[in-house]
Amino acid sequence: MTVKYTEDHEWLKIEGDVATVGITVHAQDALGDVVFVDLPAVGTTFAQKETAGVVESVKAAADVYMPVSGEVTAINEALKDDPSLANSDPMGAGWFFKIKLSDPSQLDALMDETRYTAFAA
Amino acid sequence: MSDSSTSSAAPDTLLKTPLHALHVELGARMVPFAGYSMPVQYPAGLMAEHHHTRQAAGLFDVSHMGQLRLVGADAAAALESLIPVDVIDLPAGKQRYGLLLNDEGGIIDDLMFFNRDYAHGGDLFVIVNGACKVGDIAHIQAKIGARCEVIPMPEMALLALQGPQAVTALQRLAPGVEKLVFMTGGRFTVAGCDCFLTRSGYTGEDGFEISVHASQADVLARALLAQPEVKPIGLGARNSLRLEAGLCLYGNDIDTTTTPVEASLNWAMQKVRRTGGARAGGFPGADKILAQLADPATLARKRVGLVALERVPVRDHTELQSTDGAKIGEVTSGLLGPTINQPVAMGYVKPEFAALGTRVNAIVRGKAVPMEVAAMPFVATRYYRG
Repeated sequence: MTVKYTEDHEWLKIEGDVATVGITVHAQDALGDVVFVDLPAVGTTFAQKETAGVVESVKAAADVYMPVSGEVTAINEALKDDPSLANSDPMGAGWFFKIKLSDPSQLDALMDETRYTAFAA
Repeated sequence: MSDSSTSSAAPDTLLKTPLHALHVELGARMVPFAGYSMPVQYPAGLMAEHHHTRQAAGLFDVSHMGQLRLVGADAAAALESLIPVDVIDLPAGKQRYGLLLNDEGGIIDDLMFFNRDYAHGGDLFVIVNGACKVGDIAHIQAKIGARCEVIPMPEMALLALQGPQAVTALQRLAPGVEKLVFMTGGRFTVAGCDCFLTRSGYTGEDGFEISVHASQADVLARALLAQPEVKPIGLGARNSLRLEAGLCLYGNDIDTTTTPVEASLNWAMQKVRRTGGARAGGFPGADKILAQLADPATLARKRVGLVALERVPVRDHTELQSTDGAKIGEVTSGLLGPTINQPVAMGYVKPEFAALGTRVNAIVRGKAVPMEVAAMPFVATRYYRG
């Protein structure tokens, strides 16, 4: 399994042609306590960089961008019920949605963990 | 009071409060605010800080706010010429909320003033918003500087200790403060520091605001933080606390385009300054404001509280619509209230939509979020009235 990162502080775990997407430890730390998420509808198709959802803390709201083009195949219902999962386990139970990739070559331009760590520092 | 204006100045041009080093030592995230580098939150985070203030006691640095003294036997009458508030009849030892107005009745700033026996050699002690203080002091000096001495106090820091256990913590250091009731105050020695403190604040909780010389602020803050009830609280939680308490943020909820009547601050204008009162009028914009009080139907808009009926935060500048889709106003402050655990907001609507229980829609990312006009405060206030 490969993990990639975007400049918008999102991560993707890639398994075959499906990527699970969430926000990074750095992103949840910058936002503070997450109190609300708006997730896309399953079955919706997005182009890369389109706004697919929203994550909000008490203090701030941030758009969630689609890191690569594709169709939403699942959303994290548990995160809607308990948005604090984005803080307590951002890389695990706090995942946002899964997408079926329409252009896997877009992954090549994304950062690996080493590059992202330097980027977010 | 608190204010929303943030400075666009580069970090190295930001002013620092006397507690800056302490904030950094405590791990605060510092942000530009009203021209100062201020702590928006500490490592505990906004939510924990908010809850701690409601459950125990929180210490806030509000040294960016402006403190000044009005000295002279005519000080109260002079201040009355600038605000639609009863200053003359405020007894020595008491504090009151006031609104500095322009000639159109718009709000230049909101403020607190305390009668430190100005009639017998003391002063009126005034606290204004940090982002407004330079303009306020110039305005006050220009308008009433010939009638009383206007003395800015940039040498003073201001701390707020807020929460149900604030009195427990403070009385350990300054026995006697527990006898004060809401909106009274006096001079106390706290941890060896000479302080002027009032039993008031801007969180809806019981608590104190403490004016202390900048040179003693660090000692005082550390002594307060050493109390088991007390944790440091940033501006982020200060904002969520004040909004739940239904209190206005200058620059968001009130500004020079809003009158006190539009802002639903009628309670701040005592009868003696209204039509039929012994000292009716005589403040800037009096004709307009007294007319609005006489006939609320003339208002173009009115500030209301709003609670969302779905769990979607509704933020500043969100458009408000009637249920049939007409624009009726705008949200001026909004967030998910950590204590009420619901999205709450305040905003302005056309008067026919201001009645409690009125259903409106907030347009969030193109979708209508149903809201209901609700009474404020959203969380019951717990001021100590004796």
